[in-house]
Amino acid sequence: MSAKSTSKLQKHTLAGWLMATPAVGLITLFLVVPFLLAFVLSFTNQRLVSPNPTQFVGLSNFEQLLGVGTLMLEPERDDAGAIVRDARGEPEYPRVRDYTRNNPDYLQLSGMRELAAMSWGENRLVFLARDVVFIKAVLNTLAFVAVVAPVQAGLALLLALLINQKLRGINVFRTIYFMPVVVSIVVVSLLWRFIYAGQSGLLNTLLGFLTLGNFQPVDWLGNPATALWSILAMSVWQGVGFHMVIWLSGLQTIPESLYEAADIEGATGWQKFRYVTWPGLRNTAVLILIVITMQAFSLFSQIDVMTKGGPVDSTQSIVFQAVQRGYVQQDIASGSAISVLLFLIVLTISLLQRWLTRERN
Amino acid sequence: MALTTRRSRLSTALRYALLVAVALVFVFPIVFMVMSSLKPDLQLLRDTTSFNAFLPVGDISLDNYFAAFRRAPVALFVFNSILVTSITVAVSLFLCSMAAFSFVFLNWKGRDVVLAAVIATLIVPFETIAIPLLLVVNNLPWIGPNGLTTGWLNTYHVQIVPWIADALTIFLFVQYFKDLPKDLVEAARIDGATWFQVYARVIVPISGPVIATAAILKFLAMYNQYLWPLMVTQSEAFRPVMVGLQYFFQLNVAWGEVMAYLSLITLPVLVFYLALQRAFIASIASTGIKG
Repeated sequence: MSAKSTSKLQKHTLAGWLMATPAVGLITLFLVVPFLLAFVLSFTNQRLVSPNPTQFVGLSNFEQLLGVGTLMLEPERDDAGAIVRDARGEPEYPRVRDYTRNNPDYLQLSGMRELAAMSWGENRLVFLARDVVFIKAVLNTLAFVAVVAPVQAGLALLLALLINQKLRGINVFRTIYFMPVVVSIVVVSLLWRFIYAGQSGLLNTLLGFLTLGNFQPVDWLGNPATALWSILAMSVWQGVGFHMVIWLSGLQTIPESLYEAADIEGATGWQKFRYVTWPGLRNTAVLILIVITMQAFSLFSQIDVMTKGGPVDSTQSIVFQAVQRGYVQQDIASGSAISVLLFLIVLTISLLQRWLTRERN
Repeated sequence: MALTTRRSRLSTALRYALLVAVALVFVFPIVFMVMSSLKPDLQLLRDTTSFNAFLPVGDISLDNYFAAFRRAPVALFVFNSILVTSITVAVSLFLCSMAAFSFVFLNWKGRDVVLAAVIATLIVPFETIAIPLLLVVNNLPWIGPNGLTTGWLNTYHVQIVPWIADALTIFLFVQYFKDLPKDLVEAARIDGATWFQVYARVIVPISGPVIATAAILKFLAMYNQYLWPLMVTQSEAFRPVMVGLQYFFQLNVAWGEVMAYLSLITLPVLVFYLALQRAFIASIASTGIKG
């Protein structure tokens, strides 16, 4: 390398750093530092305000959050060995708390509470968790993600195909389908409380109209069986236009000549989709699934506005719990530990995406 | 021949019917919001049991809007939102585009590593750093009218400064700058322009499309923000519109006023969107390369 180009490089270095530093510095201070801090805090017992000095507590925050166990309960038997039954004829089992409180034989279950139970032959299999609410939040979030990703991606693709037709005025429809994306999720959540209301909600009105009055009104957000799925349907309504546009830009990269060739071969509409459109969309599909999944894992505003995690914890989510603990209860350490767990999940998904896209190239 | 035309006309009609049916699904909550904002509470609730919910019928007035202004400092919330959003968008466009200029056109030590690190932050969801970020801003100093103070809670700058620089905006500019001809920059350098002059006088004037894209995405993200302002603005003086909403749920809830407030904070964004819908949709499509 000549002396001239070296000096040129050094000159660039000063100017380069000067121009990049403001933005890079802000990202460092407000993103990288808090991110590293979350890792550090998750190993401590930090609270926002505390009379005691902060201590390192190792992995105990994570053990507290993730501790789960199972317990097999055998039915109570009388002296003759027959199963003791209650008034309704159901077998009686020992109390779970006899195992989880001060029981030296079951120290690993100490402090746990019942999460769910099922019968196992004549026995009863009890699932226990140290932090029942958090485990429910994780299960709800996983269920939410597992359903919303294929549903939202699939509906978005259908909409994109619908919009990709050559019809007069088609852009008007594209504009309308995309509209909910620009509306705040907070506003959307409040509006949908009216749609989902139990007594005179719009959805019950509509379903009653469609079934000529044969529909029994449902309190969509007040019922543990429907609350999470109602929030999911609303989230799809709000977000699907976004992913429709991404599908659409993928569709428009497929050369017209391929469709013309398929027409000459006499391909049906489905065959054209299966053998021309879909192979051209694989990259887009991976991207869209990842984007929806990452957004779904951050489920928060809808919960905060619509249900606050209820009824009976059926809509608890990971981020809602992180905010509840870290902010509302000011338990920074526990909130940070939840954040770290969420980040590890998101990181795994990003790595999975890299792996999926690399395999093909 | 006549049969084919008739059939294709029928199929076109069916296609439009489907398009319209889907469109109704997407607009009905918004129509409901605007119509309800014009009705007294009793009628509003009664109308949800019929299709009157979507029609401007009965006792129609702007009373709810006036009542909303009486109930809460609505003008203050709107002012706060506009102030915070516009300053953040403006400063963000400046600093992020300048950093991207440096990443693309300048040759400096550590450049590629720093750029890779910035892009890597795309996968950190804000929600995972919200709580430690709160701890950081709570301990930062600030020099203002009251001299040197510690802790940024309940201010404008706590809502602005952490949001100025972000990887997505830098990434959008980097992608755009990469496709610009390098000769432009070299010609200006030979003419004796400083790097900042090249950035400000040569590159920025030809970056209209990417500036529009970045501005729209940043505007939407900032205006619709909820979790962060909820955490950092306990006092109403600094609250933006989304957090101001809580005002309408204290004591007796008047749904007509809620709907008026929702319309008030949503309709400007919708008008803005409808006016610039091509640019909005193009900007979302261009993030499709992200990931």
